[in-house]
Amino acid sequence: MRIQIDSDKCQGHNRCYALAPELFDVDDYGSALVLNEGIVPAELEDKARLAIANCPEFAISEAD
Amino acid sequence: MSDTIPQVPHDPEASMYGPVTDWATDFDHADPDYNRHAHEIWADLRETCPVAHTDRYGGTWLPVTHADVTRIAYDTEHFTSRSVVVSTGEQIAEAPIGGAPPITSDPPFHHHARRLLLPPFAPKKIDPWEDDVRSLCHELIDAMLDGTAGDADLTVDAAVQYAQHIPVNVIARMLGFPLEDADLFRGFVHDVLEGVNHDPAVRMAAFERLDAYLDVQIQDHVDNPRDDLTTFLMQSTIFDQPLSHEHVRGSIVLLLLAGIDTTWSAIGSSIWHLAGTPSDVGRLQAEPELWPTAIEEFLRAYAPVTMARMVAQDHDFNGCPMKKDEWVLLPFPAANLDPAEFDRADEVHIDREVNRHAAFGLGIHRCLGSNLARLELRIAVETFVERFPEFELADPAAVRWSVGQIRGPRELPIRVLRRA
Repeated sequence: MRIQIDSDKCQGHNRCYALAPELFDVDDYGSALVLNEGIVPAELEDKARLAIANCPEFAISEAD
Repeated sequence: MSDTIPQVPHDPEASMYGPVTDWATDFDHADPDYNRHAHEIWADLRETCPVAHTDRYGGTWLPVTHADVTRIAYDTEHFTSRSVVVSTGEQIAEAPIGGAPPITSDPPFHHHARRLLLPPFAPKKIDPWEDDVRSLCHELIDAMLDGTAGDADLTVDAAVQYAQHIPVNVIARMLGFPLEDADLFRGFVHDVLEGVNHDPAVRMAAFERLDAYLDVQIQDHVDNPRDDLTTFLMQSTIFDQPLSHEHVRGSIVLLLLAGIDTTWSAIGSSIWHLAGTPSDVGRLQAEPELWPTAIEEFLRAYAPVTMARMVAQDHDFNGCPMKKDEWVLLPFPAANLDPAEFDRADEVHIDREVNRHAAFGLGIHRCLGSNLARLELRIAVETFVERFPEFELADPAAVRWSVGQIRGPRELPIRVLRRA
């Protein structure tokens, strides 16, 4: 599984970073970034799906 | 404007409007019944009239579905943010800057005014406040217990003695303002955000008092620059120019007012919920890992903030003929309770894992202070439950809710049944 963030949509709600700091970081402006180029270890896939499902701006998605 | 100002002396706290006759055609967000019965009013309107209208305040619309609130929040072309408090006699500054940038700003100016304020409120700058917030919460509870015997009956006001102090203290310290002026700040918040239906002359005088106070504080920072947000704003630039005095003062108005009764409301509503739902208190004690989802669920179900826009140009919205300069309320709490968007939307489930709520708004105006608000809310509610493991509403009828766009308990008498 690989995830990506649409930086035009991210408004810095910080939900993903709070839910899954193993997968996301935030920059100095509070905008989210994916760690490890968005590659999600198998044991964190549930967390990644939760982050996707909780983003208020629909900014996170599974990459093709 | 002057011919709307009554010529006879009258109660400055009196509303310019009478009681609401019908919530679909004559609603008033500052009628005391509105916040008290908000969940029922929104549920009823969702079924019968999903975009309500009132002639009050010069014309105001109230969409209550998640879809409509979202659509308006994202549409900065048809809706301007140049004023965000639906009120009589609001001094409405011109777009795109507005009176309290960036909340009152429109694109493209908004982006620049917001970008300079984002870093001080980013998660890694806010997280270090945790210990200070926790100490403050404990001090407030110690003060409530001061002089009481350990086994005596105890009734406290969780809004007046606890919730209202937490955000005021933190933002005053961040801005570098005197902590002893806390009552003054709460007075400004009341005048600006609750006194929205007062005589325009009364409102204007309140804004003048606020501006005069801030001018004194800004001058004090000119004389004594220090490491705080006020000095930061005064030393900031936009388009390679120092911020104007009006921009600095307007942004301080935003930071001072926007963070106080919003967070105080969220803390109070969460404690109100727990006081009436002891099973949730017990579950949080047995399963503390539920705190993060519980806090997000309180934010969804009791989101304190209804934002507002003004109609930027005449247009048809879902068959509603919106006219330029009419107001549009954006009730994010109503969006959060829409069953079309949330499973069991009208129930509070502290273990709700999928919770795409809009408590902090949607789009470019996402609450700048959301990381701070969340921190204060979590620590305040956790600490209250830690110190008072069993509590209940002392008198449900004595709970007094705010009026206006920010919804939360202003008086919340709690009977403490057990102390830690």
